[in-house]
Amino acid sequence: MNSIFLQLFIEFFQIGLFAVGGGPATIPFLMDIPSRHDWYAKSDVVNMLAISESTPGPIGINMATYAGFHAAGLAGGIAATLSLVLPSLIVIVIIAKILDKFNENPYVKSSFAMIRPVVTGLIATAVCGIFETALFTASDGSFQFPVFSLILCALFFIAMNLKKLNKIHPFFWMVAGAVVGLVFQM
Amino acid sequence: MNELLQLYFAFFRIGGLTFGGGLTMLPMLKYELVEKKNWVTEDDLLNYYAVGQCTPGIIAVNVSTFVGYKRKGIPGAIISTLGMISPSLIIVSILAMFVQQFIENPYVAHAVGGIKVVVCALMLNTVITMGKKSMVSKITIAMALIGFALAMFTPIPTVLLVIFAGIIGIVLYKMGRLKV
Repeated sequence: MNSIFLQLFIEFFQIGLFAVGGGPATIPFLMDIPSRHDWYAKSDVVNMLAISESTPGPIGINMATYAGFHAAGLAGGIAATLSLVLPSLIVIVIIAKILDKFNENPYVKSSFAMIRPVVTGLIATAVCGIFETALFTASDGSFQFPVFSLILCALFFIAMNLKKLNKIHPFFWMVAGAVVGLVFQM
Repeated sequence: MNELLQLYFAFFRIGGLTFGGGLTMLPMLKYELVEKKNWVTEDDLLNYYAVGQCTPGIIAVNVSTFVGYKRKGIPGAIISTLGMISPSLIIVSILAMFVQQFIENPYVAHAVGGIKVVVCALMLNTVITMGKKSMVSKITIAMALIGFALAMFTPIPTVLLVIFAGIIGIVLYKMGRLKV
């Protein structure tokens, strides 16, 4: 077995096993990977997110496909995605047999009661990393303080939370972002 | 048509026609699985979601595994999961092939500059939504802050932090400090 596929399997199987809370929970793990492998750079995670949110399908799956593709082409994308879904396939099949008991088990409930907030904290860390690479790092890799981008980001954030606009699909926000980027030559 | 094939194509449609995964997939799942195919009830679907949210993995994939297993056992679970991930594999692979060439183009580069800002705002939104749902007591707020600090300032792997959190939950429950 080619070692890169074995490594993809190990990394993405782990993500599938430990990312509790769906797609966004995979982001901290994806931010971790560049410190161990040269499949993609930390700054690529922003592109991955943009593509994953604006293409059909579950975000976590899209990101695994994209990351795997970066690592080892088409076969890498397939390997990463299959490795990501394998643990939940196993876990869910087991749980499906004992669904009611699992849902009510106090040990299961208490461990997940603590895992959920920690995962939120982990995602918050990942979001800081995304801000750092997407906004605070200039194209030559040096530090920049992006006043304009930060104001724009705040405006988008406020707009997304307006009652009338909060049902709008992320894809349309990205189109709006692209238009703003073109107009202001960002 | 063979039910396994039907499962594959039903989930292929769901995966290929919904953007975003997670809860945004619920209306589509309801339409295909409850109303059109009558494979599961709406209550079943909500139960699967509840479990899918607190088990590892992608929520939409977990739900498809559940439904597939209920209809056709393990082969059904595998086929449904493959159906759900096939559209992503095809579409994202094609995009990934061209993204590198695109990104060199100056117009695309400007557009990407704007998109990056939107991605940041979207992520901020996601983490706040998750925080509202998961940080509901003093102890959960403390756990979130500790998790954030450890991930931010120490090199402890994400996997270990998740495992520790689960152990702490069980210990607190055993000590009678956590009501579930």
